[in-house]
Amino acid sequence: MNIALFMQMAAEACADRVALTHAGVHFTYEQLFDSSKKAAKHFSESDCEFVSVMDVSSPAVPIAMMGAAMAGITYVPLNYRLSSEQINEQLARIEPVFLIVDDSQVNDYEIKGTVSGRRGLLAELETKPSNDFTWQEDPSAIAIQLFTSGTTGTPKAAILRHEHLVSYILSSIEFMGAEPEQAALISVPPYHIAGISSILSSIYACRRMVQLPNFEPDEWLRLCANEKVTNAFVVPTMLIRIIEQIEQTQFDLASLKSLTAMAYGGGKMPVPVIERALELLPEINFTNAYGLTETSSTISLLDPDDHRNALTDTDPIIKSRLGSVGKALPGVEIEVRDDDGNRLAPFEPGEIYVRGPQVSGEYLERNALIDDGWFPTRDAGHLDEEGYLFLSGRADDVIVRGGENISPAEIEDVLHGHDAIRDVAALAIPSEEWGEAVGLAVVLKGGAELSEDEINAVIRAKLRSSRIPAQLVFADELPYNESGKLLRRVMKAWFE
Amino acid sequence: MALKPGLRLKSVVCDAELMIIKAADGDNLTCGGESLSDEAPAEKAAGNSDQMNGCVIGKRYVNEAQTIEVLCIKSGDGSLYYNGDELMTKDTKKLPSSD
Repeated sequence: MNIALFMQMAAEACADRVALTHAGVHFTYEQLFDSSKKAAKHFSESDCEFVSVMDVSSPAVPIAMMGAAMAGITYVPLNYRLSSEQINEQLARIEPVFLIVDDSQVNDYEIKGTVSGRRGLLAELETKPSNDFTWQEDPSAIAIQLFTSGTTGTPKAAILRHEHLVSYILSSIEFMGAEPEQAALISVPPYHIAGISSILSSIYACRRMVQLPNFEPDEWLRLCANEKVTNAFVVPTMLIRIIEQIEQTQFDLASLKSLTAMAYGGGKMPVPVIERALELLPEINFTNAYGLTETSSTISLLDPDDHRNALTDTDPIIKSRLGSVGKALPGVEIEVRDDDGNRLAPFEPGEIYVRGPQVSGEYLERNALIDDGWFPTRDAGHLDEEGYLFLSGRADDVIVRGGENISPAEIEDVLHGHDAIRDVAALAIPSEEWGEAVGLAVVLKGGAELSEDEINAVIRAKLRSSRIPAQLVFADELPYNESGKLLRRVMKAWFE
Repeated sequence: MALKPGLRLKSVVCDAELMIIKAADGDNLTCGGESLSDEAPAEKAAGNSDQMNGCVIGKRYVNEAQTIEVLCIKSGDGSLYYNGDELMTKDTKKLPSSD
């Protein structure tokens, strides 16, 4: 088993179908497969132990990923937006490396290995003769290494073996399941697990990939219209900005008529945002996908019918599911457990555990799987009686106030719907009296006014008094990383 | 040849190629009535004409007990049997695209 097999099968069945569109240039499946085999030979001859792309989305991304897989070399996409100190720390952990960067940066890195510009590499591969590269089918070989976003400390090197990624794709994607006219807009960066899974699933479904290298809402909308995009995945901050763009520019929604399916994930979606999206774009099928790097991407889905039912039903249980991440994928098991590892009943909050053939749960430094293959996600949440999963945040983010557990999401959810509030986050701050207390950061909408007392009154009307913040700060914006994860540790300093 | 996950096999009667996803004991897997090989033969065997209903790229094939699962990675004319029983296609549950 090797993820390169997906590339070979797509080229076998859909040789002349367009696989990839980048800046108006098209690559067929046959071309992508041919280039990947050339890249595999090139990497094999370079004596590298890792292949890395530290760059925006481009044709070099799937070619490097598939070429590395064929060559039996671990593929490690890096985040080009990190500080040079963080980048050097990560580069030192993957030597000797074949590193692909923007052509203007080829001389910027002193590393053991080879540095190649993206355009230079693609041009060089084009001059090489086609080859019949064959590869090993070792299911337990490491396909991909991803440095976790490190919202809580030094990045860990999560590893995904071929067997995990192959299991995910085979159990969730139908081979050649896409119609020839379908196209997926890929706007997540290549170093994010969603960027990796979008390439693998598009190739296996034989669905054309349209790459958007730097997300901007106007460019996203323009590409959707011009390339007749049918499917797209966005993180919550992208959806917020797309909706703002549509509303502010009175964007002509008729030009989005090809877009039939949108999936979102990568962070908690505020319910008012998805409600607004459903209202604004009623023809689009929305899917919420929850997954982690360590689980080879998606483990649960809230499907389009769940969205529509939640919006129209009067039953409070069904309505509440708009805030859920849906039910486990086939072959994936999800449980919620308490601090002692005991399985909890529906509606009882605890830590989310997951198990299945796509779950790696492994870092280079250690294997985090516990008894019988269960992976403790460090995400907190609960299940309902029908197995719908609700997230409340990271288990480490829970505020323990005088022995009482408070989830930041409880407070945030109450305030997210408020007309004057654009964004809000609650976090634990030290308290002499309670051990920890609630800190609250509020971003008001432009021109809106709301006092601390008024905010406290909104909370008091819905929640117990322990949820009233001990300290409240107003901010211009909240710190997110570019995949949409809120950086609570950055905010701690606001309350010192 | 013992079957194990990741093993690639070729039919000797047609163009079909397979990958073992889930291995079962023994090696009694056939395509068009003939055992599979890790290399394509110079000349194709005739095969059993009763077992030539074809296999299709991208389909997963399982026996009734689901103790063996193979992925067809190249289509061919032969049909797949394990221990004398014809393998059936295993459906991938239709899911909305999530990435």
